[in-house]
Amino acid sequence: MSAGDTQPAAQFSFAVRHAKRPAWALIGERLLTALIYACGISAIFFVLSIFVFVFKEAAPVLFSDRFDLRQFLFSEQWYPTSEINKRYGVLAMTAGTFSVTALAMAIAVPFGLGAAIYVSEFCGPRLKETLKIIIELLAAIPSVVWGFIGLTVMSKLIVQFTGAPVGVNILNGGIILALMSVPIIVSIGEDALKAVPDSYREAGIALGATRWQLVWRVLLPAAKNGLLAAVLLGVGRAVGETMAVLMATGHAVKIPHSILDSVRTLTANIAAELGEAPADSDHYRVLFLIGVLLFTITFFVNLAADMAVRGIRKK
Amino acid sequence: MPSETHIEIRDLRLAYGTREVLHGISLDIRRNEIFGVIGPAQSGKTSLLRCINRTIDFSPEASVAGTITVDGEDVRGAKDLYALRRKIGMVAPLPVGLPLSIYDNVAFAPRCAGMNRKADIDAIVEQCLRQAALWDEVKDRLDSLGTKLSGGQQQRLTIARALSHQPEILCLDEFSIAIDPVTTMRIEDVLKDLRKNMTIILVTNLTQQARRLADRTMFLWNGEIIELGPSDTIFGNSPRDRRTYEYVNGLFG
Repeated sequence: MSAGDTQPAAQFSFAVRHAKRPAWALIGERLLTALIYACGISAIFFVLSIFVFVFKEAAPVLFSDRFDLRQFLFSEQWYPTSEINKRYGVLAMTAGTFSVTALAMAIAVPFGLGAAIYVSEFCGPRLKETLKIIIELLAAIPSVVWGFIGLTVMSKLIVQFTGAPVGVNILNGGIILALMSVPIIVSIGEDALKAVPDSYREAGIALGATRWQLVWRVLLPAAKNGLLAAVLLGVGRAVGETMAVLMATGHAVKIPHSILDSVRTLTANIAAELGEAPADSDHYRVLFLIGVLLFTITFFVNLAADMAVRGIRKK
Repeated sequence: MPSETHIEIRDLRLAYGTREVLHGISLDIRRNEIFGVIGPAQSGKTSLLRCINRTIDFSPEASVAGTITVDGEDVRGAKDLYALRRKIGMVAPLPVGLPLSIYDNVAFAPRCAGMNRKADIDAIVEQCLRQAALWDEVKDRLDSLGTKLSGGQQQRLTIARALSHQPEILCLDEFSIAIDPVTTMRIEDVLKDLRKNMTIILVTNLTQQARRLADRTMFLWNGEIIELGPSDTIFGNSPRDRRTYEYVNGLFG
């Protein structure tokens, strides 16, 4: 602390003023800049080219006279292999996708966010590590295994407890999808909460806030963008999931009237029929058009989320 | 000069892991006094404050021994930790604006305490912002984010926030390092007024600030109390310990 502790610098040197970086370091920096630029731009390229490819496959039928876009979107008549009158209406499957996703989110969002808050704010360090490992393990289960569980275990349980005639239905698919989305929501939500600086926690606590008041009034507002991202990635998983819902929802093309009805989702329909549709037939192209529809749905979900986040930021 | 003991600290030892930063200090802080704490960096000033409002709990590697009582109640065994913390206002050296609006920042503690009539909260927000010499600058934009204010304004916002739960003890940890001298003097005047209603612990690197404000001052160095006494003595020509004289006069070492 005293002046005697610090050795007075014997002689100042100004070598740094004359230091020079080698040429390769400067060129290397340029190259790295170009490389990461290419990495960033390629994301746009890939997304665009996937969209273009899917759209190109779908375009001939979309613009042909035999096809009515309004019928495609708003009719529930899906008879792609009929001999006399082929009809391509996907409303029932859109309803299937939305109903299963909605149920899954109704279960997964409260569960996932609750678990994220618990893991991040309430549980002890040892339990926290254990829980995180187990939750990540849950995320690693392949979707076909989930489908298998839905088809065998869940299905029997649903028949037993609800008396439904078939166990593969919206409830089954919704629960399976929820179980698949929860680990994503938990791990990303937990990251978002962990990213809130500890100084906020300390300031809130110093103001006399209880743990819950801290979570409710400080942490959730501070982490809302990250938590929204967590929920949306969960939604994305649920909308896009194919194999598990194919096995767990019963694959029936009809507008559901209760959560015990069987449905077919857009994704499951593509997976099930694309292999059998003759290449370049109308059926084949309509399936690609369903792909475009899915693309559009996820695009609008992301757009809405983005606008929500911007709205939150502006305030 | 008030004399009733408000905070009593006996043989307080604090270690982070194996490194002990407070080596068994004992002192009494009296009700309604301004108690100055001076000392070089790393001497344990902030740690002392964190022990008093138990935010030291946030450092898992910290271990505390000894006793601290506030109003005769043991802090370390406090039954209602939240009630204890509500008694103590804390201002950190660098402002921590919660990610809320200016209004919500100040309304935070009253709401946490269970107050919910808008008119009551409005009154407290205005009163606290005025006391922190910030009201005139922000009264037209109470809804904008607190974090968008300038550094000095944010610091005054945290002072307003620390006053918002009407604490019995106000701890200021080098509150003025981010504030310009004019505002600092305005806040110092407010502190002199506030003394009527609360005990103030003023940790400061500006020895002159302690001299201006504090009734008594403690010189803390390397986790030990070198000297504690009336500010007149500490900053006078003949404090008991030579090191005090040297530190206060910038001749340390």
